[in-house]
Amino acid sequence: MVGALIGAVEQGLIYGIMALGVYLTFRVLDFPDLTVDGSFVTGAATAAAMIVMGYSPVLATLVAIVVGFVAGVGTGLLHTKGGINPLLSGILMMIALYSINLRIMGWTVENAVGRPNIPLLQSETLFSQYTAWATSLGIPVEISIILFAAVGVTVVKLALDAFLKTEVGLALRATGDNKRMIRSFSGNTSTLTILGLGLSNGLVALSGALIAQYGKFADVGMGIGMIVIGLASVIIGEALFGTKSIVRVTLAVVIGAVIYRLVLAFALRIEFLDTGDMKLLTAAIVVLALIVPGKLGETKKRLARKRLQSKSVTKGGTELVNHS
Amino acid sequence: MLTIRNLHKRFNESSHDEKIALHDLSLHLNDGDFVTIIGSNGAGKSTLLNCVSGTLQGDGGTIEIARNQVDSLAEHARAKWIGRVFQDPMAGTSPSLTIEENLAVAHARNRKRSWRFATSKTKRDHFRAALEVLHLNLENRLTTKVGTLSGGERQALSLLMATFTNPSLLLLDEHTAALDPARAELITQLTKQLVNDQQLTTLMVTHNMQQAIDLGNRLIMMDQGKIIYEADAETKKQLNVQHLLEEFKKIKGSHALSDRMLLEV
Repeated sequence: MVGALIGAVEQGLIYGIMALGVYLTFRVLDFPDLTVDGSFVTGAATAAAMIVMGYSPVLATLVAIVVGFVAGVGTGLLHTKGGINPLLSGILMMIALYSINLRIMGWTVENAVGRPNIPLLQSETLFSQYTAWATSLGIPVEISIILFAAVGVTVVKLALDAFLKTEVGLALRATGDNKRMIRSFSGNTSTLTILGLGLSNGLVALSGALIAQYGKFADVGMGIGMIVIGLASVIIGEALFGTKSIVRVTLAVVIGAVIYRLVLAFALRIEFLDTGDMKLLTAAIVVLALIVPGKLGETKKRLARKRLQSKSVTKGGTELVNHS
Repeated sequence: MLTIRNLHKRFNESSHDEKIALHDLSLHLNDGDFVTIIGSNGAGKSTLLNCVSGTLQGDGGTIEIARNQVDSLAEHARAKWIGRVFQDPMAGTSPSLTIEENLAVAHARNRKRSWRFATSKTKRDHFRAALEVLHLNLENRLTTKVGTLSGGERQALSLLMATFTNPSLLLLDEHTAALDPARAELITQLTKQLVNDQQLTTLMVTHNMQQAIDLGNRLIMMDQGKIIYEADAETKKQLNVQHLLEEFKKIKGSHALSDRMLLEV
């Protein structure tokens, strides 16, 4: 059980990077970007393919980020230059990436065009290199990966926080907030939207590249429902920790991603549930996270109203008594 | 400085409800001119401002701002010369950004945005000093999210942001119309003060005749996409609301006032 929990936290932290990407588009840019299902796999496929072809895991991971960025730019161009609605732009890019991902993985085999998966069991990965280094320092394997993931996601979170406070970052936030306003202050909303989508999908691809190395395989289907998982993390995090400031929300989103994994880990221990039910569970968690906070707020308001009413009734009562 | 030559704008072109919004309109503002524009609904006042700012593209004619031909430039590219305040008090600011972040966005209007932090100690002092002019105590609330401010406060902030980096041209589009009378008066005073202090070249649309007379050094009246009356600095000093109404009647004929003029006296 403890092992499963540690695994869930490790995964949660790595998926947290993806959730930060989703936060950047859905919340900051107010752009529901569905590219994520594709670009997550693109990151995994690029990293895995390059590692199998003998490139260093570090370089493979960096290239994965760049390829993810390009995918996001593609979605941005479809929307801003092509005038296609945001949801459809993302869906189109996502479906296009499915084929592209097969092709990327196909590069590793000489006489095949596409390839649906790449195992990394025998290959050096960021994680295998790192754990070897950590053990040599005497850090036990059980906590070394958690440490690695925590430091990694923290660096990404702080970098994102810092970026969102730069002049370009402010313009990007204003683009999601009030397009008319930022245009009147020389902000090119098209460029900013494209930049935001690029950065977001770069993060998503980074997360994919890391998950592929963590799980020792890349698979063309590993991105299905990724956007919902990202959204679940964002919503859970925001519901629990609020949205007071950027610094706080980005932390909330990462913790949300970890909580999501933990909930899933617990749910899968229920006997009649199978790993195949994961997507159904995910959908259920998001539905709950979307509905419950709203309903709770309503109940709170209703109770408050009732209390107020009962107060005014007693007040009226005493007045009547006084009159008589 | 602004020069508009033969500006033409049509809506719903070649359909049965085609409407000429601007008809061969020419206008020149010298440096430091403050021109108020009045006219009934549909006269083309807002269309004129939208064509100048680049929100709308004219169908013909040319627009020059600070000696730059801007006709082919998009809205955001023209914005380096233009400060703008909208009628909607929510339109000019970004609600999820703090007051200082909004000012930082405004601060970067006429230069390239950098990858450096948008706020710094020096900038904050500068922002605080600028906010003091408003007398709304916003200088002590730099890290408050703008979305939590009242409409009047947001419009005052919008006005400050629009004039922040000394624009070559200030466009005010009925920017007091959506506020209650007390707030409208406050914004009017602030407008007077900010424009005066920086000697800004200003084009202001208003529904309020008294405001049009009180503010600025020139006044123009528009109707059906044309300038039908213009008062220069000398004439404007003598002007009152009665004069303007008579002028309007003279030009439009006696039935003018039944024509749903919608001008507030």
